[in-house]
Amino acid sequence: MEALLEILEELHPEIDFLTHEKLIDDKILDSFDIITLITEISEEYDVRIPVDEIAPQNFNSAQALYALIQRLLD
Amino acid sequence: MLFTSYSFILFLAVLFVLYYLVPRKIQWLLLLAANFVFYAFSGWDNLAFMLITILSIWLIGRHIGRLHQARDQYLAEHKADLNREQRKAYREAVKSRQLRWLLLALFINLGILAVLKYTNFVIANINTIRGWFAAGELSFVSLALPMGISFYIFQSVGYMIDVYRGKYPPEDNILRLALFVSFFPQLVQGPISRFDDLSQTLFQEHSFDGRTVTYGLQRILWGFFKKLVIADRILVGVNTIIRDPEHYTGIYVLVGMLFYAIQLYADFTGGIDITIGIAQTLGIKVKENFDRPYFSKSIAEFWRRWHITMGTWFRDYVFYPLSISRPMLKLAKKSRTRFGDAVGKRVTVYLSTLIVWFTTGLWHGASWNFIVWGLLNGVVIILSQELNPFYNWFHNRFSVRSSFFFRFFQITRTLLLMSSLRILDCYRDVGISFRQFFSIFTTWNIRELVGGQLLNIGLSVADYLVLAFGVALMILVSLRQRRGSLRDALQERPAPLRYALTIAAVIVVLVVGAYGIGYDSTQFIYNQF
Repeated sequence: MEALLEILEELHPEIDFLTHEKLIDDKILDSFDIITLITEISEEYDVRIPVDEIAPQNFNSAQALYALIQRLLD
Repeated sequence: MLFTSYSFILFLAVLFVLYYLVPRKIQWLLLLAANFVFYAFSGWDNLAFMLITILSIWLIGRHIGRLHQARDQYLAEHKADLNREQRKAYREAVKSRQLRWLLLALFINLGILAVLKYTNFVIANINTIRGWFAAGELSFVSLALPMGISFYIFQSVGYMIDVYRGKYPPEDNILRLALFVSFFPQLVQGPISRFDDLSQTLFQEHSFDGRTVTYGLQRILWGFFKKLVIADRILVGVNTIIRDPEHYTGIYVLVGMLFYAIQLYADFTGGIDITIGIAQTLGIKVKENFDRPYFSKSIAEFWRRWHITMGTWFRDYVFYPLSISRPMLKLAKKSRTRFGDAVGKRVTVYLSTLIVWFTTGLWHGASWNFIVWGLLNGVVIILSQELNPFYNWFHNRFSVRSSFFFRFFQITRTLLLMSSLRILDCYRDVGISFRQFFSIFTTWNIRELVGGQLLNIGLSVADYLVLAFGVALMILVSLRQRRGSLRDALQERPAPLRYALTIAAVIVVLVVGAYGIGYDSTQFIYNQF
């Protein structure tokens, strides 16, 4: 989770990713951010997020994103 | 059949009456029949292409769906016998079979679009190259682009990809799928709807609801106002300027650019108002395609608020899959090792952005103008992304972000930038477009303008007054929309006032609409895409 938070904070240092739960709904993460995130996650966790998992419920919070990574790793 | 023609109004009136008279169960079938009548007006042979699309996505969609079902059933039955690796391998094997079917559907549909839309463009380019070697020219082929094909094929491709991704099950009833593909209000210029969104109200039974129908009619009226009073009027001035680039240089190009911004906005959003309004009178909800785009503070934001359904289509079906595809991720990895983190992080996003904008340009039209226009949009978006650290530094240093003047500056900058790029939409080739644009800075002829020359471009004082009134009204409506629905607010007013306003609006459109000598209500600009 810490590595993921680091990636997120590098994208948007002004956001508290531990508490924010509407990253997509509040338009904080745009399509550029999402692709950068997926690329970074694939590097860090060696997991490929498929395109059909790009949905608000998976990217709205750091926790949701981390849960997705865990699910894909399993 | 033009939206602005009498025959269309008659068609709509007959459909409307029948729609609420027939048993509710068959309303959607009536609508399907109406779609084919509407489409047949644009030529019977066009129907053949649409039928190929409907049939192909129905058959292949169902097949992909069956593969989904068989996979789930097999995995459920063999849950105990298979380990994780075997399950994964089985899933991937099914996926690759589904992918082959998806590619077939894309090949058929995008193939039709490509052949009809781009054959002559390819021939023209081959001829240019042959010209360099003094070889003879190939002759062009006679191909008419069926109305709305770019829109309904994109809708169908979106449906196919969603079914492949398992977002929703395929539609079993071919007639329902046909209704989705051919829904007539969207055939003229979109929006590009999604099946899961539109189908929620498209196939439902609808009883007559006074308020919904009134809202729909108000929206149609507003659309006609924008199209007939503003777009078709200012079009005369725009055409005068862009059709004579030798004569109209310098300040005229700037005027043409801004007039075209008004024309395109009134034309496209007006057309979409009519589309959404018609659907609403039938109880059907079509997705919004604009969110007050001229109030955007950057080009990236502009594209999130202008032609939204096209932007999200390219994002979901081209940008995302492309930028996280295996080759792209590999490229990111390689670039990271070779050039460092900063490059590795950007390479996939930027390369995909340029490819997406190249495709967006190509979708808009088979010409280099649109390709260059698309690529320039991509370049501007990338540049503004790269300038982010500077913007952050600037905003940390000077707290102007929320000041009115700074926001006004950002909005004006975006509007000017967008209008500059659209010059490519106006002139006949890329060279002339650039030459005209640069003449704004090199030809100082502002004096001609203040000397009354603006009255010589086909617009009279009365036209300018009507345009000023129309543009002011559009701005006021946009500003008011920030506080919620204008129609809701109107609905709360006393009935006599509402009726008086509606009648006044109808009279304005009928009297001030651009008809008669010198004017010709034209097809919507986006119809040609």
